Amino acid sequence: MIQLAGINKTFNVGKPNEFKALKGIDLEVALNEVSVFIGPSGSGKTTLLSILGCMSRPTSGRIWLNEREITSLPERFAAEVRRETFGFIFQNYNLIKGITVLENTMLPAYPTGIGHRVIRDRAVSILERLGIESKAREPVEHLSGGERQRAAIARALINRPSIVIADEPTAHLDSALARMLLDIFAGLKQEGKTILIACHDPLVFESPVVDRVISMRDGGIV
Amino acid sequence: MKWIERQRAFIDFTLSSLWRRKAKNLSLLMVYALVIFLLSSVIFFTQALRKEAEAVLDGSPQMIVQRTVGGRHSLIPTDYAEKIVQIRGTSSVKPRLWGYYYHPATRSNYTIMVPENYPRPDDTVEIGAGVLRTWGPLRDGSFYFNAHDGETVFLKAINTMTNETDLVSADLILMSETTFRKIAGVPEGYATDLTVRIRNERESQTIARKIIHVLPDTRPILKEEIIRTYSSIFDWRGGYVIVLLGGGVLAFFIFAWDKATGLSAEEKTEIGILKGIGWDTSDILTMKFWEGAVISLTAFLLGVISAYVHVYFASATLFEHALKGWAILYPEFTLRPSVNAFQLAILFFLTVVPYTLITIVPTWKVAATDPDVVMRH
Amino acid sequence: MVVRKSTGFLILLFVGSLVMAGLFFIHPRLHRDDCERGLAKRRHLVRELQLTDLCLFTEARYTRHLSQADLHSPFQDYPMAFEHFPSGSLVLPPGHLAR
Repeated sequence: MIQLAGINKTFNVGKPNEFKALKGIDLEVALNEVSVFIGPSGSGKTTLLSILGCMSRPTSGRIWLNEREITSLPERFAAEVRRETFGFIFQNYNLIKGITVLENTMLPAYPTGIGHRVIRDRAVSILERLGIESKAREPVEHLSGGERQRAAIARALINRPSIVIADEPTAHLDSALARMLLDIFAGLKQEGKTILIACHDPLVFESPVVDRVISMRDGGIV
Repeated sequence: MKWIERQRAFIDFTLSSLWRRKAKNLSLLMVYALVIFLLSSVIFFTQALRKEAEAVLDGSPQMIVQRTVGGRHSLIPTDYAEKIVQIRGTSSVKPRLWGYYYHPATRSNYTIMVPENYPRPDDTVEIGAGVLRTWGPLRDGSFYFNAHDGETVFLKAINTMTNETDLVSADLILMSETTFRKIAGVPEGYATDLTVRIRNERESQTIARKIIHVLPDTRPILKEEIIRTYSSIFDWRGGYVIVLLGGGVLAFFIFAWDKATGLSAEEKTEIGILKGIGWDTSDILTMKFWEGAVISLTAFLLGVISAYVHVYFASATLFEHALKGWAILYPEFTLRPSVNAFQLAILFFLTVVPYTLITIVPTWKVAATDPDVVMRH
Repeated sequence: MVVRKSTGFLILLFVGSLVMAGLFFIHPRLHRDDCERGLAKRRHLVRELQLTDLCLFTEARYTRHLSQADLHSPFQDYPMAFEHFPSGSLVLPPGHLAR
C-alpha cells in the first residue's frame, strides 16, 4: 500500500513565476495493481510520479510505502530506495547514447556493489524475456523505437523493483507496439509488481490490464 | 568486496563512456602524457647531471687561483706560487696549463691541456673520444695544429680516452708542456692558473682571503664554489627549463579551463539520467573521480616511463640538440639513474591529483541537483 | 568471452606500475656496478688532470668551463657579440659570482 497525505509541490517558491504543480493530494494506491494517472498535460501527473518515486521531495506532505515514511529520507537513503524499490521508464527512454544495450541495462545496478557476473546474467535474462537479447552488444542508437522502449524497460527491471513507474510509455509507439507493451506490463503484474503509469492514451487506460484509473486536473485528483 | 565491486563497476562505466569519444580522449591522453614526459625528462635529466657533477667534481682541486687583468682572466706568473705556498695552511701550489684550440676546418672548439706528468714524446697527444669523432680527416694519422706563431705542428694521437669518461673528457687534447707553449703561445714563466692544495679544507675561506690580500690581482675559486655552480646548473628559474615548464603548465591550464568552464549539455543530461535511475551524488562523483584518474594515471605512467627511457636509455636524445646549441662536439654519456621516490611523488601530485580534481569539481553542482529534472523534458 | 573493461584497465595499470617500479627501483641496481666503474674512472681523471668542469657545452669558454668564467664573459667582451644560445641561457653564472 502506498499512502499519500497532503502532498503539495510548488516550483520556484517566492519567485514571480511561482507555480503550484500539486495541491494537497491525498491518495492510496494498492500494490500489485496497474494504476494509470490520466489528465491533460500540466495536470501534475509527472510531478506526482517523480515524488512517488523518491526523485523529488514534496514541498509539504508525506508518503508512506508499506508503513515506511519515505519523504523525509536523506539523499543517500532516498537514492537507495529509488534504486531498489522503483524502476523507471522515462518518456524519452533516457538511455545513455554510445554505450551498449547490455551496459545501459546494467547501469542502475552499478552502485549496489552486486557482482558483475550476477548483474550481467540478470540483464541478459531480462533482455531475453523482452526479446532483444540479440541487440545486447549494440549501442542503443542502433535500435528502433520499440527496441529502445524495451531496453528502457529492461533497465527499469534490473534491480528487481517492486514498483515500476512509467511516464507516457506509449508516446512514441504505434498501436501494435503499444499493445506489446501492455502485454509486458501484464506479465510484470502477474509477477506481483505494482505498476504506475502516467498517460493520456486511451489505448492504455481502457485496456483490461489496468486496474484503476486516477484522473487528474490542475494539480489535484478529480 | 562490495566496495571493490562498486569501484570496478564505476570504472567499467567510465571506460565505456570515455571510449565513446575515442579520438578526443586519446588525443587528450597523448598530449597530457607528452606534457608529463617533457616535465619529467627535464627533472630526471637535470637531477642526474647535478648528481653526476657532485660526484665527479668532488675530485677537483681544492682551490684554483686565477689572475685577472682588466677584469678578465689572464695568464698568471708562476712565481705567484711561491708567495701562495708561504701562506699557512697550504701544502702545495702547482701551475696548470690549459686553454682552447679552435679547429677551423670543422669549426669546433677543443680544450688543450698539459697533465702534471705527461709521459709521452713531445710530438704526441692523448685525446678524448669526442675529438676523434669531430676532428675530420687526419694527415698520415696525425693532427695538425696551427701554432700561435703561424707554424704548423703535426702531432700523433697515441691514446684515446674511453667513452666512459666523455662527460669530463670528450674535448680534451693532452700534450706535453713544450708543445702546449708552442701552440698556445703561453710564455715560459706563466701558467693559465694555479691549483692550491690545502691541509684543512675548512680553512679554505681564510686562505682565499689571505691570497687576495697578498696578491690583489688574483681571484681564488674554491671547490665548494665549483660544486655550487653545478648544483644550480639548469636551475628551474633558468632559460630553457622555465620555457619548458611554462609550456607544460600552460597546456595543462588549457585542459583545466576546458574542463572547469563546465560540462556539456550532453554530460549534464547523462548525469540527470544516472541520478534518475538510482545513482546518488556520491556515486556520480566517484564515477567522475575515476574518469579523471583513468586519464591522468595512464598519462602519468606513459609519460614517466618514457621519460625514464629517454633520459637513461636514450641519453636524453631530445635534449641533445638543446644542449649542443652552436657546439659541434657533444659528449656521449649515459647518465647514472638517480630518480628517487620523492621526485616521483612530486610529479604525481603535480599532475595526477590536480587533473582528477578538475574533473570532479564542475560535476559537483550538477550532481547535487534533484533527479526529477530528467522527468521534466 | 570479452574481457571486462575494468579488468583490462586494472591489468594495464598494474603492468604499468610494475614497469615503472622496475625501471626506477630495480634498473639502477642492475647497472650499479657499470655505473660505479664509469664514475670511478671519471673521478680518477678529474683528480689526475685537476679538472674543474663537465664537458657539456663546448661552444664558448664561459660555457665549456662554467666555474672558471668571468662574470662578463657572456658578453663576449663587446656588447654586440652573439649570445651562445641555448647553453648561455640554460645555465646560471658561476656560484661565486652570482652571490
